[in-house]
Amino acid sequence: MSWTNWRKKLSLRTKKEVPDGLFLTCEGCQKMIYKKHKEEGMEVCPECDYHFYLPIQKRLEMLLDPGSFEERFADIGPTDPLRFVDREPYETRLKKVQAQTGTKDAILVGIGSIQGRKAALGLMDFRFMGGSMGSVVGEKITRITECALERLMPLVILSASGGARMQEGALSLMQMAKTSCALARLSEAGILYVSVLTNPTTAGVLASFAGLGDIIIAEPKALIGFTGPRVIKETIKQDLPPGFQRSEFLLEHGLIDMIVHRRDLRERLGQVLQFCPERPASPGREEDPSGRHEALPLWQRAGETAHASATVPPQVVK
Amino acid sequence: MGETPPEADNGVKKPKASEGVSVNGPTDFDGAVFEIERQIKDLEALSRKHGVDFAENIATLRKQQDQILRALVANLSPWDRICMARHRDRPTASDYISQIFSSFIELHGDRAFADDRAIITGLGTVDGHPVMIVANEKGRGVKEKGKRNFGMAHPEGYRKARLKMLLAEKLGLPVVTFIDTQGAFPGIGAEQRGQALAIAENLKTMASLRTPILALIIGEGGSGGALAIGVADRVCAQENSYFSVITPEGCSAILWKSADKRREAAEALKLDPRSLMTQGIVDEIIPEPLGGAHRDPRRASEILKAAILRNLAELRMTGLEELLRARYYRYRRIGSVVEGV
Repeated sequence: MSWTNWRKKLSLRTKKEVPDGLFLTCEGCQKMIYKKHKEEGMEVCPECDYHFYLPIQKRLEMLLDPGSFEERFADIGPTDPLRFVDREPYETRLKKVQAQTGTKDAILVGIGSIQGRKAALGLMDFRFMGGSMGSVVGEKITRITECALERLMPLVILSASGGARMQEGALSLMQMAKTSCALARLSEAGILYVSVLTNPTTAGVLASFAGLGDIIIAEPKALIGFTGPRVIKETIKQDLPPGFQRSEFLLEHGLIDMIVHRRDLRERLGQVLQFCPERPASPGREEDPSGRHEALPLWQRAGETAHASATVPPQVVK
Repeated sequence: MGETPPEADNGVKKPKASEGVSVNGPTDFDGAVFEIERQIKDLEALSRKHGVDFAENIATLRKQQDQILRALVANLSPWDRICMARHRDRPTASDYISQIFSSFIELHGDRAFADDRAIITGLGTVDGHPVMIVANEKGRGVKEKGKRNFGMAHPEGYRKARLKMLLAEKLGLPVVTFIDTQGAFPGIGAEQRGQALAIAENLKTMASLRTPILALIIGEGGSGGALAIGVADRVCAQENSYFSVITPEGCSAILWKSADKRREAAEALKLDPRSLMTQGIVDEIIPEPLGGAHRDPRRASEILKAAILRNLAELRMTGLEELLRARYYRYRRIGSVVEGV
């Protein structure tokens, strides 16, 4: 091992992993924080609000009404269509990561309710090969979108991804087109899609389904962009402005709707979903026996939804 | 895994790749024929100058050249194809546009920020059929390449493309796109103006555009930046083109953690037209003149034009709803997963 590697290792030990494991250095503000405080605070730095990786199970607990989640399409798994070998075969890599994470691929989809509102859901897992999108992510996003379309249910996807998965070559690239096609149909049917961008959401995922939200929400300080900052820096040979490609930067440039702190996400999603009325799945099998909600747009249903009635009437100027 | 020289697996002995074959420089492929071409030219000059008849020798050399080309073409590695796709003299979109379409009217601008010259859009007719043309343009020569940003578009380029495609929908014109880019431009301004979101919006718009779309890959199909004008009813790729999730150089750097595994990466990514066809990504391979489009651009245009006419005629026969349904399932079925395990 070279000297620089030793140095790296040493600095890692002294900076990031304090032996007793009680403290750690925040990736956002470089301050020492008490691990317990971070965990109690939904994996958010108590000093600077930096949002750490949050395991999917914790996300589900944090976001959904207890016990409301039903996983869908759980039996879809990856293959190695190109027999891809780099420094190690893709197949081996997959097996390793699957064993480590206990999941088949980088996404979980299903149906659940958020503050009483049913929604189709997708949650990406950054731990699984950097949340990269291969055929499985593309297929499951497409299926859950089709499911939302069939049940006329809003769709919420939480993204965390480095982009398309190289080991599936152009098939991964085409998942961008596939998911966008499904979302185009959802859009035409007038169904709300909320995209939540978490740290990091970049490249092919942002340039397809994650970037197509009718409403786009980001967690604070998340890295969000098309090309990674390192590549941009190397290409243009300039220093990047401070805060470049962070949520706050995107908000300032008009690219996203809002930044929502993790602790407020559930409530805010619930509020947003109130604006997407629940509709019967199809005229044949109506879930709403009164049939009142059939095809009326929200603005014609005075007083029927909490928020429609809560709207402040326009002020009359005399 | 050691680096295998490309010559080793070919039947024909190729001259060694010249040192530092640049991205746009002659491929090592060209080296073999350059020598013969030079000899032919010398002989021709000699016969003009001294009135000696070298016709026989020239014919032999031409035959030899043809044979070498054929053998080389039959054994092109994925990396060779990438070099061909990037060849300095390869026809660019504007070459094809001027050869194939009459009365081309270029339409500029995204109505919001700027006119991105890396993407050309406009109205044109091919054999009397009006179409909307959307194309990546790399430019030729230092000055024009600069103006065209080497074919790497900014968000305003993609937004321009989207607006003109919507215009095509309104006018009922089929859209013909020419794909030839290394990718979307990686820069500060591009990110500020939402590069990823502009690309995403194009994918969604093309998914449901109510008019036929024909995409032609005429060189490089670099990732999302290429796909942003590449969601189509038919995707045709020229023989020496590629379509990939990442450049072999990028893939080498990330997966091999090394800059010199681009040949291996090109191989592993299965990005050549034939592999893409088996993956359901490309529908048709458009042949090029022997040795590549750059060796006979006029002939290359003729072949391309015939393919455009034939595909447009077929797409015109399809009803709009059927067209949209087929487009959806074209992409719906791409990918490889296992179910029920």
